Amino acid sequence: MMQIFTQTVMMGILISAIRLATPYLFAAIGEAFAQSSGVVNLGVDGIMLVGAFIAFYITLITGNVWLGVLGAAVSGLLMGLLMSFISVTLKAEQGISGIGLYMFGLGLSSLLFKVLVGTVQTVEGFQPIKLPILGDIPIIGEIFFQHSLPVYAAFLLVPLAWWFLDKTTWGLKIKAVGQNPAAADSLGVNVDQVRYFSVCVGAVLAGLAGASLSTALVNLFQENLTAGLGFIAVALVYFGGWRPLGILTGALLFSTVNAFQLWMQVLGVNIPSDVAIMLPYLLTIAALVAVTNRVRAPAALNKPFERGEN
Amino acid sequence: MKMQSKLMVMFSVLIVAVMLLSACAPAATPAAPAAAAKVIRVAVVMPSATTDMAFSQSMYSALLSVQKEMGGETAMEIKYSENMFKVPDAAAALRDYATQGFDVVIAHGSQYGSSVEEIAKDFPKTTFAWGTDVNTFGQPNIYAYTAAAEEGGYVNGVLAAKLSQSKQIGVTGPVEVGDAKTYISGFVQGVASVDPGMKVNKTWTGSFSDVALMTEAAKTHIANGADILTGSSQSVVGSIGAAKDNGKVLWFGTQSDQATLAPTLVVASQVYDWTGMIKEIIASRTTGTLGGKTYILQLKNDGLKIAYNSGYSLPADVKAAGDKAIEDIKSGAVKVTP
Repeated sequence: MMQIFTQTVMMGILISAIRLATPYLFAAIGEAFAQSSGVVNLGVDGIMLVGAFIAFYITLITGNVWLGVLGAAVSGLLMGLLMSFISVTLKAEQGISGIGLYMFGLGLSSLLFKVLVGTVQTVEGFQPIKLPILGDIPIIGEIFFQHSLPVYAAFLLVPLAWWFLDKTTWGLKIKAVGQNPAAADSLGVNVDQVRYFSVCVGAVLAGLAGASLSTALVNLFQENLTAGLGFIAVALVYFGGWRPLGILTGALLFSTVNAFQLWMQVLGVNIPSDVAIMLPYLLTIAALVAVTNRVRAPAALNKPFERGEN
Repeated sequence: MKMQSKLMVMFSVLIVAVMLLSACAPAATPAAPAAAAKVIRVAVVMPSATTDMAFSQSMYSALLSVQKEMGGETAMEIKYSENMFKVPDAAAALRDYATQGFDVVIAHGSQYGSSVEEIAKDFPKTTFAWGTDVNTFGQPNIYAYTAAAEEGGYVNGVLAAKLSQSKQIGVTGPVEVGDAKTYISGFVQGVASVDPGMKVNKTWTGSFSDVALMTEAAKTHIANGADILTGSSQSVVGSIGAAKDNGKVLWFGTQSDQATLAPTLVVASQVYDWTGMIKEIIASRTTGTLGGKTYILQLKNDGLKIAYNSGYSLPADVKAAGDKAIEDIKSGAVKVTP
């Protein structure tokens, strides 16, 4: 067990954790936007898969990762518009339509992969970049400042999302619509428009989450690449209390424990692999229990808004 | 309320229309099979994608090559359902294929056992095959099949031990069950036969499909000093990607030939070759045998093959050691425990 506490290993754990947290951050913060306005989008995993494939494919044929990222964002937007249309305009049951969107995304990404690519192959994705001065700092530099761009972007998203949701008028509108859409409506806020906006923002971020997976973390695409990552991201929204900082905490907790258990296995620490694998989930549940009292969902979550009808 | 009842009417009309249409359809098909040369119809249900570079791909490509050998689609029809990881979905598909009159229905996944046992009873004229497992449930129309993955694992282990310079080898495993477990067990024995002191570190991600975690596991091994990696399941594409990122770490594959993924870093792959078994199953039907046998892919019966990657220049003495290991296992001089 003592082998864990060497410098190489501790650094290795933190570096892995930061990398692993990236897609969770993109997807969960995006979902926080949607849920803050009152819409539950369970289709995140499907949007991630389509985004992952589009980013991978465009990078494969053009050699340009940025075009790939753009493509992923656009595909996310389109799927977000679809989800908004179904949940906000048609006022369908959000949980079920979300699952439907997930299956659609899973099927579409797999079909496109089969038809357009056919066999698993790697791409030249985002390479790690060492930041000029910060990257040279002895230990801290190697842990925090030698990652690829999507990783930096995911972490920058946290203060950005916090600022947007807490400090801007639009953020206020989103939260108002999520808490009490009838009141917001009576004050002249266009509830539908706000919900469309936040669901689409969430979907674009989910698309980027997928892109970060296929062009930065694993640099390839395989059918069902995400393997349920999107659903864990949705859980992280609840864990983080719908706040970007809470989500960051949750994502880092989850990925740090995952990185930790991997190192434990590699070093041959005498713990059954099954226990090691369970650790991230166990600790997240434990943390959830500890936090549970102070967390309140948006009051209008999962309830379609019909003007005049309460 | 009026809107709702209108919708209900429309909905009911739609349902009735669909039912009528589907009732009309099957009337057309019985005419076709009456034609001269009888097409052998094979259906397969798989837990992952046919492009998974591992388990499912091995069966699907075997079916395709048997089809080609038999003369194409006019001789052998193949229908498949992939990504049927969840057993209820797979069971529905299996029953569907049997109902549609397929001659051979393959349930390619060790989680499908109880479904096959139940469904096979209702279709006594259909051949069922499932794996990886050895249990035919005592039913005359069920075959079971498995692969002695530990054999190829041993050979890979011998090669890996001879090639490793850092004397640290990493194993990125998915779930500690089935042929993943036996392959890795064989691999460890192979390494030990060359150098009992060499370190083989194992990780299990707990999932067959979590590529991101598998990539991270591989990177962890590499950060710990491993210069050779191996592993099993479709998610090892992540490990191979990590090896490629590093540029110098070598890879040993199993289940399918994984050389295309990293043409200069994959040394060898153990390939599951199901074609012999498939051909025998199909041929047995003509003599009225629909099951009751267990197939085990081995090096000895050419069910398992070691595919050396021509893109990697393997030193002659290392290849000789690998070939000797293969011969020893075939002759029984070396026994590998699963």
